[in-house]
Amino acid sequence: MRKRRRFLKLSIIFLCLGIIGCASVPKGFLKPNEAALEKRQLQMRQYDTTNEEQILAAVAGVLQDLGFTLDNSETKLGFVAASKKADATSGGQMAGAVFLDMLSALGGGHGNAMANCDKSQVVKASVIAKPSLDGNKITVRVTFQRIVWNMSNQISKVETINDPEIYQKFYDGLSKAIFLEAQKI
Amino acid sequence: MKKLMRCCGIFVILFSIAVLSGCATTAGKAFETSESQVKLRSMQTRAFDTTDKQKMMQTVMSTMQDLEFVIDKADLTLGSVSGSKFLGYAVVTMTVTVRPKGEKQLLVRANAQYGIKSVEDPETYQDFFTALEKALFLTAQQVD
Repeated sequence: MRKRRRFLKLSIIFLCLGIIGCASVPKGFLKPNEAALEKRQLQMRQYDTTNEEQILAAVAGVLQDLGFTLDNSETKLGFVAASKKADATSGGQMAGAVFLDMLSALGGGHGNAMANCDKSQVVKASVIAKPSLDGNKITVRVTFQRIVWNMSNQISKVETINDPEIYQKFYDGLSKAIFLEAQKI
Repeated sequence: MKKLMRCCGIFVILFSIAVLSGCATTAGKAFETSESQVKLRSMQTRAFDTTDKQKMMQTVMSTMQDLEFVIDKADLTLGSVSGSKFLGYAVVTMTVTVRPKGEKQLLVRANAQYGIKSVEDPETYQDFFTALEKALFLTAQQVD
């Protein structure tokens, strides 16, 4: 009997600790990690010019080319922020969900895997352009984030985009835009 | 019967206390801080020996980008930068303000929020200022 009571007490204490542990803020999330340098290479490019305004205009142009709308900017700091709403449905995911729902219907259940399929996403981009350390070049760095909603309008995913292809696409567009704007097209 | 009535009475009183106190605190909860104002300022603020506000703000933004933040807003006149980053499913938002202190220094203050909680841990802010120091090649000085 006594043992049982002690066990109960201990488990209550343990439960309390667990709850407190979950609710607290984790440490060290403002510390640069090892991957920071790699990410910098992925997200950063340098351009042989000292005309920051021209670069920023080109950045705004590329973002518009990619279908983004500008949310915020501060030219004196070389900063532009933009966002875009887009479709997030994927054929594979949908087909899988339909298959699962059919299976559960055959088994007599009410599966609703469809509701968990991704539906739409908002992609946020922020660009900082600043003179490089030696002052002869302009360094441009872009970061992308996305929030994904599922069919029942719940947020299903939030993430920083780390796909090299996406960054490459942005910088290809930027190089083109700088050229086009220099030629006044 | 009397006993039952008394029980009911006590129950009603307890219930109304619970309900009323619930109403009073929810708005106040948004303004609660567990640390004192002075202590919060001291952990969130550092002084740097420079007066170049523009360069400082650009370095703050680069440091935030290094820490995987996406910059949402920036204003040179006000000296403020806000950004957000994702940690799993939690959203971390941070605002950094830069303002002059005396003739020769700049004050940098950062405050971060993790989900619905304010970050009130000195070490976390120290991590940010260490990263900022490295990017600036300057020493961060504790402000009293």
